[in-house]
Amino acid sequence: MIRLENLTKHYGSFVAVDDVSLEVSRGVLYGFLGPNGAGKTTTLRMIAGILRPTDGRVSLGGDDVHANPIAAKQRLGFIPDRPFVYDKLTGAEFLRFVAALYGQEGDAVDRRIAELLEVFELASWKDELVEAYSHGMRQKLIISSALIHRPQYIVVDEPMVGLDPKAARLLKDIFRQFVSRGGTVLMSTHTLEVAEAMCDRVAIIQHGKIVAEGTVDDLRRQHRAGDASLEELFLKLTGGAQVRELAEVLGHGGGDGAP
Amino acid sequence: MTQPSLWRVFEPKWRTALQRIREERSRGGSGKLLLLVGVGTLFWLAVFRVLYVILRYFRGVEELGPLLAGKLLGLVLLSFISILVLSNVITALSSFFLAKDLDLLVSAPVDWLRIYLAKLGETLLHSSWMVALMAVPILTAYGVIYHGGPLFAPFAVLTLFPMLVVPAVAGSAVTLVLVNVFPARRTRDLLSIVALGAAGGLILLLRVIRPERLASPEGFRNLLDFIAVLRTPTSPFLPSEWATKAIMTFLRGDADPLPLLLLWTTAAALVTIGAMLHRALFASGFTKAQEGAERFVRGEWWRWTVGTLLGFLPVAKREFVLKDVKLFFRDTTQWSQLILLAVLVVVYLFNIKALPLHRGEQVGFFYVTLVSFLNLGLAGFVLAAIAARFIFPAVSLEGRHMWLLRSSPLELKTLLWSKYWVGTVPLLVLALLLTGLTNVLLQVRAFMMVVGMLTIGGLTFAIAALALGFGALYPQFETENAAQIPTSFGGLVYMMATIALLGAVLRALWTAVYAYVRAVYEGQPVVVDAWMISWFAVAAALCAAATVLPLWVGLRRMERFEF
Repeated sequence: MIRLENLTKHYGSFVAVDDVSLEVSRGVLYGFLGPNGAGKTTTLRMIAGILRPTDGRVSLGGDDVHANPIAAKQRLGFIPDRPFVYDKLTGAEFLRFVAALYGQEGDAVDRRIAELLEVFELASWKDELVEAYSHGMRQKLIISSALIHRPQYIVVDEPMVGLDPKAARLLKDIFRQFVSRGGTVLMSTHTLEVAEAMCDRVAIIQHGKIVAEGTVDDLRRQHRAGDASLEELFLKLTGGAQVRELAEVLGHGGGDGAP
Repeated sequence: MTQPSLWRVFEPKWRTALQRIREERSRGGSGKLLLLVGVGTLFWLAVFRVLYVILRYFRGVEELGPLLAGKLLGLVLLSFISILVLSNVITALSSFFLAKDLDLLVSAPVDWLRIYLAKLGETLLHSSWMVALMAVPILTAYGVIYHGGPLFAPFAVLTLFPMLVVPAVAGSAVTLVLVNVFPARRTRDLLSIVALGAAGGLILLLRVIRPERLASPEGFRNLLDFIAVLRTPTSPFLPSEWATKAIMTFLRGDADPLPLLLLWTTAAALVTIGAMLHRALFASGFTKAQEGAERFVRGEWWRWTVGTLLGFLPVAKREFVLKDVKLFFRDTTQWSQLILLAVLVVVYLFNIKALPLHRGEQVGFFYVTLVSFLNLGLAGFVLAAIAARFIFPAVSLEGRHMWLLRSSPLELKTLLWSKYWVGTVPLLVLALLLTGLTNVLLQVRAFMMVVGMLTIGGLTFAIAALALGFGALYPQFETENAAQIPTSFGGLVYMMATIALLGAVLRALWTAVYAYVRAVYEGQPVVVDAWMISWFAVAAALCAAATVLPLWVGLRRMERFEF
């Protein structure tokens, strides 16, 4: 289980994450939604142990990420939103390096690398330096690296950015299978159709606070939204007024070519 | 459509610079600024003092004085212009073809001339600021000694500016042509090797022809020959010669506008030609610059060699070291600096060999021991500079990959350990080689050989730890270019700390070495007594503290990194 207890993060006087508590059970694909700057990435980075919380705690399978980081991180695969990889390593070398960070080596790792590269259609690129990879290929490589050590929990920030439709579909299938085998996925995304179709539960965060949590049906009931889509619910909860303003701005500033 | 002004095109750059200053100030960075200004002023004063003494001596020499002063200025400006051509070629590659703002500028309706002038200005600023600052104390010394008067300063600026523009245009043009032939990333590799090879060759050449002999008139057949050599311009077609002429003519009180006219018209003509070349070639070059360097790499060789050699280490440490070694040797901009390093080592040893020491038995022994002892400081300084270039940036360069390292179960201690040893082992080999060979060339006795080797060993461990520790304390995560990291504020603080350590260790050892020298000089047996040992122990303790403390502080700092 991924458990967040009163998680808080301040940057100077700015409160990025404000007293967030959350539980993601085993075998659940959990969507973490919110507008830009709401605190999603900061929360995920605290779960991954990259940022230290100002207050509160994060535990993975009972192990505190900051008090007992080695045990907690052994079980975690983290996929960031920006695919920074060592440019001067080949794809295969990068995966071998990541496996080593988790203390894994040998023939089993080599077989796993070959499998993952095959699945993500990177096998023919495995001996090429990452600097020649496209954005999408780097993203696929990072996803492979998060799976290399067979984690129990996957924390993923905007997984679909940069992926082609085939890879996006593959990733959805992988996550669903991962969850059906008892794994846990906590995923932040802006693609609400994906969240609605894939996630068992969602949380919506705004200004660093969770404003809604539950299944999509729960949210509809809680907010008397009838059969509204997740997108409509999201806009209702996070202030959809801007969308209408945007339409007005485009209408005024469209110039000669605008309809 | 009205085109944006050059100032507007430059806006993101100067606004970023202003914002950085504001951020520094809000973080209480006035101490930093004071330190930087203090060190800069000290450096300026030192350069001014050296030039002042030399020029005062020249002024006292009848006939020859002004000629010598002019020749010296010519040489200084010639070396400036050589450095500038090399640095402009490399800087132009970044500013014209690899900079992050190019996509925005090229896709915006900004005309080619504005892009050219903005980027030329950026190249000029980035590659020339150091040379321009260096010129200030030098020209001030000329102005003071030859009574240049209040108009000398604006005249010097008027002279120096076109001299800086010429290499900037030339460098940008060379880069433009090269990028059209090779992809930008390959060009960068190629340029690093060519530039560093050329710089190394130049240093070697300058040293091997032994310019100090040319400076002594005794070597010439008669005085007239010597004057004739001094009167001959070093390079009549180079802007550095025109600038020298303009400055020396002004200082003599003569009025000859030709050199200044030559400088300005040449600069203007070159900017025009450069702009035309830019118009013709930039679009195709920029397109080529988008091509990635496609290279298939077989990493098996490293696994079999370094990997096998490190087989005794746990897998995480082994792979981390292996990764760092691969990254270094696959990045041409990194490994090509080894060429320059090799040349510097050769020049260093050549200088030691050229010292006229073995003249009298007793004097020889004293000077040999003194040079061998002082050489520890010099070698330590060279090692500190190398560590600044290769070890200091190590933590900063991991910045963009910290998401991976911090989210994995890798302990930061392991990361620091790997970085430390990857940097220390080659540095130690170099340190022992440099000190050992120098001592062999100096023919020192066994005592100084042992003291020298142990001291430089201890210093190397400390220097590497200081570089890594200060690198972690003052990280530069935003910089992609490793070469820029050591020139940051942190790099300056690191160099100052290292120099303080060198001073303290040498001071502690001096008492012991002096006792040894006195004993030998007086024909007494050398006794390594408790007094001597206590000073050795102080030096060892200093090195140990300077090794452990920076690593510990660096580790604590890394634990607080936020990404």
